[in-house]
Amino acid sequence: MNDLVGEAMNDMVGIVIVSHSKDIAKGTADMVRQMVGSEVRVAFCGGNPDGGLGTNVPLIIEAINKAWSPKGVAILVDLGGAETNSEMAVEMLQPERRDLVVVCNAPIVEGAVMAATEAAGGSSLEQVRAVAEELSAA
Amino acid sequence: MTLETREPNGQRNGQGNGQVITGSVRLVHAAGMHARPAVKLTKLAKKFQAQISIRASAAAEWINAKSVAKVMALRAARDSVIEIKASGEDAEGAVAALVDLVAADFPDSGP
Repeated sequence: MNDLVGEAMNDMVGIVIVSHSKDIAKGTADMVRQMVGSEVRVAFCGGNPDGGLGTNVPLIIEAINKAWSPKGVAILVDLGGAETNSEMAVEMLQPERRDLVVVCNAPIVEGAVMAATEAAGGSSLEQVRAVAEELSAA
Repeated sequence: MTLETREPNGQRNGQGNGQVITGSVRLVHAAGMHARPAVKLTKLAKKFQAQISIRASAAAEWINAKSVAKVMALRAARDSVIEIKASGEDAEGAVAALVDLVAADFPDSGP
């Protein structure tokens, strides 16, 4: 489905938002769509399957696949477990997808908006990650 | 709103490619250059091949208009004059488009 042209010009890195709270994840995704636009694929997940706070590996995998682009996917996370579970989710992807997913070391809201802005310009996964992490590097 | 062409280092070499195109425009957005305008400006700048820099006052350093973090950090206040300079093949179109965007108060994108 996604191998029409390989790396077409309009392919953009996808964004995944992983928070302990579904409200935060959804709110962050809303901000990205409103501020950057809907051309970048954004998927989010938050909370555990029982409706409480937490992160969940199968839900993260689902979000990655939903935001999938041949150019890759950048994940933005909040606290500790979101990062470790996201890394676990990446390891459980199909082998050919693993190298095309990165977890960004960036604040979740600012990182998501800046990563999506960079992605909208057609940048590579590495460029998108670098822009998201620009704030933490300073 | 002004648009002018300046040769690098004040020299006239008559070659299109080395030209630096500059423009300036007053920021009319009520909240100044905050997050949403910064994203719009960056996204538009990225559509051009030209190298594009902006600054919010004559004393400030030029920053890369394609870097969303730097444009957000600009914190230009309402009524400040944004200066834009660009070099490269589509520099003229880039400066004109960015001046339009700011002058029109960052309308929601058209096509």
